[in-house]
Amino acid sequence: MSNEIAVQHGVIPHEVHEHHDGHHHHETFITKYVFSQDHKMIAKQFLITGIIWAIVGGLMSVLFRIQLGYPEATLPWLEDIFGHWAKDGKIQPEFYYALGTMHGTILVFFVLTAGLSGTFANLLIPYQVGARDMASPFMNMLSYWFFVLASIIIMASLFVQTGPASGGWTVYPPLSALGDASQGSKIGMDLWLISMAMFVVSQLLGGLNYVSTILNMRTKGMTMTRLPLTIWAILFTAILGILSFPVLFSGFILLLFDRHLGTSFYLSDIVLGGNILPNEGGSPILYQHLFWFLGHPEVYIIILPTMGLVSEVMSINARKPIFGYMAMIASMFAIALLAFLVWAHHMFVTGLNPFLGSVFVLLTLLIAVPSAIKVFNWITTLWRGNIRFTPGMLFCVGFVSMFISGGLTGIFLGNSTLDLHLHDTYFVIAHFHIVMGVSAFMGMFAGIYHWFPKMYGRYMNNTMGYIHFWVTMVCAYVIFWPMHYEGFAGMPRRYYDYSGWESFKHFVELNRVISFAAILSFLVQLMFVFNFFYSIFKGRKVTTQNPWGANTLEWTTPIRPGHGNWPGEIPEVHRWAYDYGKDGKDFIPQTEPVGKDESTH
Amino acid sequence: MTWTEYFVVIILVLIFIVIFQIAKASEYVSVLKGEKKTFEQNNRINAFLMLVFLVVGLAAAWWCNKLLYKKTLLWLPSASEHGEKIDTMMWITLAITGIVFVLTQILLFWFAYKYQANEKRKAHYYPHNNKLELLWTAVPAIALTVLVSFGLYYWYKITGEAPKEAMEVEVTGHQFGWEYRYPGKDGVLGRQHFKLTDAAKGNPLGQDWKDVANHDDLHPSELHLVVDKPVKLIIRSQDVIHDVGLAHFRLKMDAVPGTPTTMWFTPKYTTARMKEMTGNENFVYEISCDQMCGSGHYSMKGTIIVETQEEFDKWISAQKPQYATAHPDGAPAVAAATAPPVSDSVKAATNAEPKAEH
Repeated sequence: MSNEIAVQHGVIPHEVHEHHDGHHHHETFITKYVFSQDHKMIAKQFLITGIIWAIVGGLMSVLFRIQLGYPEATLPWLEDIFGHWAKDGKIQPEFYYALGTMHGTILVFFVLTAGLSGTFANLLIPYQVGARDMASPFMNMLSYWFFVLASIIIMASLFVQTGPASGGWTVYPPLSALGDASQGSKIGMDLWLISMAMFVVSQLLGGLNYVSTILNMRTKGMTMTRLPLTIWAILFTAILGILSFPVLFSGFILLLFDRHLGTSFYLSDIVLGGNILPNEGGSPILYQHLFWFLGHPEVYIIILPTMGLVSEVMSINARKPIFGYMAMIASMFAIALLAFLVWAHHMFVTGLNPFLGSVFVLLTLLIAVPSAIKVFNWITTLWRGNIRFTPGMLFCVGFVSMFISGGLTGIFLGNSTLDLHLHDTYFVIAHFHIVMGVSAFMGMFAGIYHWFPKMYGRYMNNTMGYIHFWVTMVCAYVIFWPMHYEGFAGMPRRYYDYSGWESFKHFVELNRVISFAAILSFLVQLMFVFNFFYSIFKGRKVTTQNPWGANTLEWTTPIRPGHGNWPGEIPEVHRWAYDYGKDGKDFIPQTEPVGKDESTH
Repeated sequence: MTWTEYFVVIILVLIFIVIFQIAKASEYVSVLKGEKKTFEQNNRINAFLMLVFLVVGLAAAWWCNKLLYKKTLLWLPSASEHGEKIDTMMWITLAITGIVFVLTQILLFWFAYKYQANEKRKAHYYPHNNKLELLWTAVPAIALTVLVSFGLYYWYKITGEAPKEAMEVEVTGHQFGWEYRYPGKDGVLGRQHFKLTDAAKGNPLGQDWKDVANHDDLHPSELHLVVDKPVKLIIRSQDVIHDVGLAHFRLKMDAVPGTPTTMWFTPKYTTARMKEMTGNENFVYEISCDQMCGSGHYSMKGTIIVETQEEFDKWISAQKPQYATAHPDGAPAVAAATAPPVSDSVKAATNAEPKAEH
């Protein structure tokens, strides 16, 4: 390890030299803002692309919530915009299902995977480990542009005649394999699969870069146990992605084969609309195994980075070290490991062998232990702190509250006995939206508000930040809390209309309330977007190098750092990132050598 | 767009402009008043809102429960014996998670309020405490062991072998409806193969007429079950994945093309009894498709009627074997014991009786 650091240290003057060269050549608009290889710019590109996707995906949810809240209403303006998809001012079933499917795909993959990890891994890894850029800036650029390619393809699928994929974001075959089974399983499905394949490439290019940068390019003195928790979280996230995305990729390729080459990986014994298909011997359950082998780690790919962000922002604003640093790392490790061993809990009711099911029950509920440790550690971090409620900090508290609520309902669903009743009901929707939707967004917002000054040299508007937080927090609970009750009534998810069902038709008013809150919440997010873009140009300027009084290395760079981050040598690190409130000092940056009479912990 | 819609949009834009102006103004005010003072003021407000959110939130949760409890199935006894076990498990889990939920949320928001920034106080440097961490590793681990143990105990009971006397019924899903097949007097479901499916020739389920066991199989349009008598469903799908969702019985099982699945349970209340218990004249046991299966997914409904043995016998004796429907001119070349269609259905009537003895 010490060898590595010595070598790396030796490289620094050379890099500085390169940096100077760069200035001589003058960056053009294209190399600076479009095909940039600077990690900071790539982070911004990911973030802004993610924001655009979040608006699109959020708008889709508003549309299908209109259908659920007002199933009787006819809204002519919908037909003006969407044509035959909203014939006579009513959202058509095929459109409804396409909206739901694309909402899921966009939010899970394009916003909360690429938009989240892409932003904060790129922004924070070089800054916080003390490196001038990623291990391979070129691969990093490719990662972003493959993401753009995936985005363009899936965006195009929204405009084809038969519409985008509509079989749910999990695209289970045979529904997704047979064009005759659904409009969305025609060309839209092919575009979906190709887009996702590009997305996997983007993720792998990014992930390999993150891991190699964290392991190899830490500055002098930055041992692994001095890394901020953000970096640990991103490291585990990247490893999860590298190991599980290829499996998803293979699952998608086999699905493409089944669709076009006449193979029978997932197909057997099918009579579709009177036509007897020749396929025999395949199993649709195989696809589910391949899908969830990524699909489950995916939820941790979404939540782990936000756990890191929240730990960091919370500690800074409580002016107190994060409680149980090593326990936080250990619990993230446990979560990352268990993430690979629980996928079949999505499949308890597929006819899975009950014994196999019971193994997955055990492993699934085991995840609650490290999750509980993390929650208790966050709460203890607040205890006897001196809390500054910046918008970032507010979202940290919101994150923990949501993570508790959504985590506890996971204990219901991970238990196969209860899953028999609750599987694929609104209880599930409530559970995963709270724990990986709202929580992850809260963590992401915490990160955006906190690091915005580093990204743009300006602050976001606080008042709008406070309004954003409180309205989001209230709306999120109003939307998702009552959905648990719908789940207790056995109300199935992915239904276009419940009015024909004696068992489920009594939730009309509740659905209206939920839809109203969803729309309000969407509008408030638009206000956040406005605040974001307005503040890039007109926000209050940052005048001090370290506005939050934080310990980590990014705040030792200039207010508006150039390519290469530090104008001189990269600073050396002498301590962990969490010396807040130690020995009567408000904070001690990582770069400050350990004093002689300093207490040890 | 109508005028009201324009009006709503205009109002929204105006509200936004007001918020934006206030937000901008507050920034200028903070410059005038001094950053520190503004910070302290905002901090107090947000800290206080933490407390408000906690109190109002818990009250709202209680109120929400009051409004919605009766709309769920939590208050209604489960209609199957398996469902009773699931309900017990549900209450155990609700109790444990409920306590944890309330305690942790109170601590979270209370600490957020109580430890708001204050010039006079210094944050307490408290990086770790091994005893505490061990404690909150062990306690959740124990609680979860309890939940896993109960859960698996019930899981094995529910997914175990069906009793021998269980009635067998086949349920087949397709876009977008359900088909039912009863084994008839011989108690055996005949062989089938998907390539034999031919709805036009009266064979929508692909029954193999060469198998004599098929000749008395019934294919009614509703699913009738006998109260207090175990039933084993053999679940198939013809096209995409569907799911037999039985909310009142608390059960669910996917219908997977190419891989038949099974699920057994014992209905506890007749449909008539459920009408009384729910106070709903129109109550009906519904089968909901719980696995996304295409644009008609939301309308893929089946109906179950749970009745007494006598009612069931009467109903089933009126059903005609599918074999008769498929062969209106009497049986072709096949086996010996083929009777003319009419007497076949008479046999089906007599056939129900021996089953009643079980």
